[in-house]
Amino acid sequence: MSTQDTTPLDVERIRDEFPILSRRVGGDVTTPGEGPGDETPLVYLDNAATSQTPDRVVDTIADYYRSYNANVHRGIHSLSQEASVAYEEAHDRVAEFVGANGREEIVFTPGTTEGMNLVAYAWGLAELGPGDEVVLTEMEHHASLVTWQQLCKRTGAEVKYIPVDEQGYLDMDAAAEMVTDDTKMVSVVHVSNTLGTVNPIADLADLAHDHDAYVFVDAAQSVPNRPVDVDDLGADFLAFSGHKMCGPTGIGALYGREHILEEMQPYLYGGDMIRKVTYEDSTWEDLPWKFEAGTPNIAGGIALAEACDYLDEVGLERIETHERMLTAYAYDRLTEFDDVEVYGPPGDDRGGLVAFNLDGVHAHDLSSIVNDHGVAIRAGDHCTQPLHQKMGVPASVRASFYLYNTREEVDVLVDAVDDARRLFA
Amino acid sequence: MGLGSDMYRQQILDHYKNPRNYGELEDATFSHVGENPTCGDTIKVDVRLADDGETIERVAFSGDGCAISQASASLLTQELPGLTLSELDAMDRDDIVDMLGVDISPMRIKCAVLAEKVAQDGAKIHTGELEIDRTKTEE
Ligand SMILES: Cc1ncc(COP(=O)(O)O)c(C=O)c1O
Repeated sequence: MSTQDTTPLDVERIRDEFPILSRRVGGDVTTPGEGPGDETPLVYLDNAATSQTPDRVVDTIADYYRSYNANVHRGIHSLSQEASVAYEEAHDRVAEFVGANGREEIVFTPGTTEGMNLVAYAWGLAELGPGDEVVLTEMEHHASLVTWQQLCKRTGAEVKYIPVDEQGYLDMDAAAEMVTDDTKMVSVVHVSNTLGTVNPIADLADLAHDHDAYVFVDAAQSVPNRPVDVDDLGADFLAFSGHKMCGPTGIGALYGREHILEEMQPYLYGGDMIRKVTYEDSTWEDLPWKFEAGTPNIAGGIALAEACDYLDEVGLERIETHERMLTAYAYDRLTEFDDVEVYGPPGDDRGGLVAFNLDGVHAHDLSSIVNDHGVAIRAGDHCTQPLHQKMGVPASVRASFYLYNTREEVDVLVDAVDDARRLFA
Repeated sequence: MGLGSDMYRQQILDHYKNPRNYGELEDATFSHVGENPTCGDTIKVDVRLADDGETIERVAFSGDGCAISQASASLLTQELPGLTLSELDAMDRDDIVDMLGVDISPMRIKCAVLAEKVAQDGAKIHTGELEIDRTKTEE
């Protein structure tokens, strides 16, 4: 593993591992895959929504189904043992990836959203009541915002939102006042999927811990592209999704401090999560299995570990540096246009994404026209409707970068935006 | 080039930049409002019926949103006069796509049909067949 290796990535070589990046788009969009009329090279800049998957991760999935597909924890036979060992070791690998103490602290989930809901139901329902407070930020993704909001409605607890200032930073003075002895949970997004803001998690964690509150870190946009260590951040819980970090969809992980997970009741009941069952009562399996009821996403879990290997081999510092370079470049080029408004902090102080609007052109029109140039960007509210209301726009477009993107691709995006301006002028 | 560029043929851009029958009808028989919550497209449609209470005489719209939703509303205000309420009710997305004269990509169809849905729901509220405040299109 690389420590502080920030040498430039060999993007050409990286791209070879992602065949999808050399496909062409256009033509009939109603049938998946390439077809007649597809002649525009794909420029994939929607990585914050989902990243592409390198061959070796696809191969890992295929290899599982081709050679050792079996249910885990349930069989004495060879295939089941192979699958069980691989699936369990995948937890160790993911634990190592985020600096957790071991598999006990890593629950595989279908993704960030489910991790959030797991804690809300298993911890929140039991622990929260009238007089308690959950502190969020105004830039939370719906995965966290809606989950805690609705849980508070059910339990009688109160939700508070740390304000976001004009530049897209959290108002930390307000945060210091908002977190009190009534606060039981502070749930914050590490890197905002709309503003790109990198939030000061360790400071917020200190604040929360001073008042004996827990900290939940939504790391969906940070674990994929920078070194993340749960202890450095002071996280009590941390969730992320495989499909945003070169892994498959349908798998993600929830980190939780062992003693907290130990005290929590299960979230889903069923097979695999129990130790002893009678008609009258049941006892639970050890961590993390207590939180993984039913047949899990075995191939997905093993492939997630492979994605961690892949990202570590490339080097997370290098990926972060590459993304920062692309983001600053895109920010500079887009802000050259007077009629483009870019949201969030300056170009040299943000995660690898840029959300913006072109004056007079609706985000969906802009995205459609940019798509004609082969450029995939997200258009909409990016699952942050309240934040968009605060920004005063119903929607925006968002370009987001990853290890395989190039400056030339940013140029294609900028030319496409310019084309939209001319069309609508 | 893909569907997108076709979507922005001259007619759409023209109706977006110079919407026809934009505004309100003072003597509207009924009006109705609708939106695509996730896109932020909103459309208000005003309809005046002839004395027979069946035939559409004039239509106006107001609102804002993407070019597809606004151009579709503008075109609809020209298309509807002369039709009866039951003919309006019988319209479907194919009629809208025909009216627009371009292929609409699957992700944008709800923008294209918003004005039509608003007019249809407005008519049904007017005749007492429907009880809602606002129309929402979701796909
Ligand atoms: C910041 C953030 N949190 C949570 C999520 C939800 O992730 P998932 O849909 O994989 O559960 C996303 C991605 O959409 C995100 O960007």
